[in-house]
Amino acid sequence: MDFLSNLISGLSLGSIYALIALGYTMVYGIAKMLNFAHGDIIMVGAFAVIVCINTCGLPVWLAAVVSILCCIVLGVLIERIAYKPLRRSAPLTVLITAIGVSYLLQSVAQLVFGSEMHSFPKVISMPTIQIGELTIKGNALVTLVVSAVIMVVLTLFIGKTRMGKAMRAVSEDKDAAELMGINVNKTISVTFAIGSALAAVAGIFYGSTYGFIGPYTGSMPGIKAFVAAVFGGIGSIPGAMLGGLALGIIENLSKAYISTELSDAIVFGVLIIVLLFKPTGLLGKKIKEKV
Amino acid sequence: MMNKTKMVPFPSHAIVPERDVDKMPVLDARNLGMDFGGLVAVDDFSLLIGRTEIAGLIGPNGAGKTTVFNLLTNVYHPTRGAILLDGVSTEGKSTAQVNAMGIARTFQNIRLFSDMSVLDNVKVGLHNHIHERFLSAVTHAFGYTKAEKKANTRALELLDVFHMADHAFALAGSLPYGAQRRLEIVRALATEPKILLLDEPAAGMNPSETLELMNNIRKIRDEFQIAVLLIEHDMNLVMNICEGICVLNYGKIIAKGTAEQIKHNPVVIEAYLGNKGE
Repeated sequence: MDFLSNLISGLSLGSIYALIALGYTMVYGIAKMLNFAHGDIIMVGAFAVIVCINTCGLPVWLAAVVSILCCIVLGVLIERIAYKPLRRSAPLTVLITAIGVSYLLQSVAQLVFGSEMHSFPKVISMPTIQIGELTIKGNALVTLVVSAVIMVVLTLFIGKTRMGKAMRAVSEDKDAAELMGINVNKTISVTFAIGSALAAVAGIFYGSTYGFIGPYTGSMPGIKAFVAAVFGGIGSIPGAMLGGLALGIIENLSKAYISTELSDAIVFGVLIIVLLFKPTGLLGKKIKEKV
Repeated sequence: MMNKTKMVPFPSHAIVPERDVDKMPVLDARNLGMDFGGLVAVDDFSLLIGRTEIAGLIGPNGAGKTTVFNLLTNVYHPTRGAILLDGVSTEGKSTAQVNAMGIARTFQNIRLFSDMSVLDNVKVGLHNHIHERFLSAVTHAFGYTKAEKKANTRALELLDVFHMADHAFALAGSLPYGAQRRLEIVRALATEPKILLLDEPAAGMNPSETLELMNNIRKIRDEFQIAVLLIEHDMNLVMNICEGICVLNYGKIIAKGTAEQIKHNPVVIEAYLGNKGE
């Protein structure tokens, strides 16, 4: 029973990673770039909730909406200002820019909020559930359910809608898609918007799981989500979900049964082993040579 | 085979002055030029194409044919000259906007969205003709939206014209070569172009596939009532179906005319044989 509760909190942590990893993988799929500022969007989303609830006294649901909107605007602006002018540049240039944007966000947050940790308001009021010996934290359950719903909706959106098809087309062949009349800039903006909205949701769940938020809070879950995206096969949407969940479970089980200090080392160790045997990740596709 | 009442290919700079002048060409390229650094890739390229004409663009390798296609679709923005589509200039438009104005194309090396289904490939082409509201798309995502249903029907209709409806749910990348070429054409047609540009549509095809392609190109013109401009090395195909032919060499037009005229044009013969033949 203990194992089952650990598994469930692992799944809940994993679904936070999955939400973030989806942003990484979608942006990579479409813009062919690693957006290392993505992790810091989580931090911005969490701070937005703190400001909304503690300073403005908004209700939780409204705070969540404002936080998501803030992150969407921020994500789209970052793409327009920092990445779009570099679209035809070398991947390394874009990568360095993304790291720069990441530091910029952290520094601005530090200027505004100071470098200390802020306690995150209680946004999820669901009580802990006790079924026999099985204990499920309310927070974990809400995270798990909401993330699952988001992932289902996202999958349907990408699979079935017109914009989803445009996104898939752009990710396969940007130029051919444009010649078929698809507005590539708009499609990329929508991708950043979706990724940032997911990051905001992840930020809210992350804040309420750990209870504290600081200017650098985003980088660790950001890196872990990036690992999750690579683990699942970067560019693959089911891969990001699977990678995120796997990572969360591995992390939580190693914390519970092996060692809290070693849990991160184990997580990254598993990544190295998986990549040794499957360099493209669990669900990644073979990289095709472009002619 | 040649329909004399049809609108005529290249009236303005024509080598065939006795033919009718096309009063309202669908495509009017005027003195296009493209320089890459100091290299002149295309120079003084002028071409008129009639509303339902099948025209050919031929020339030795490296003559600048694909560059012309890239200019016509604004993949490259011409250094000089102007392109009028139905009398409207495409200057400053993005590639996607040019497509929306009515120019669609296929590629020399097939560029399908190979991880998407055949049907979805066509629906990408229909992108600008599906109008759904964002919210309705998300809320109805569990089923299909009305717009999506319409797009499905239309895509299947288009596939059916080319006998591909049976493969609608196969992955585009898994189709045999000839079918991939056909699907690229269907996808381009889905964007509802006024003129379709085909870049070496018969490349890699065997004679029977080429014959089928020829019939399909005629069918496109007859059923969709649009113009077709094709780049092709298969002279049999070009001479058989093109009503007007334009020969390019070193980025310049060296001849325009009907198949008969081109065949016997000494400048053309020299361009081809002078390059050790094609």
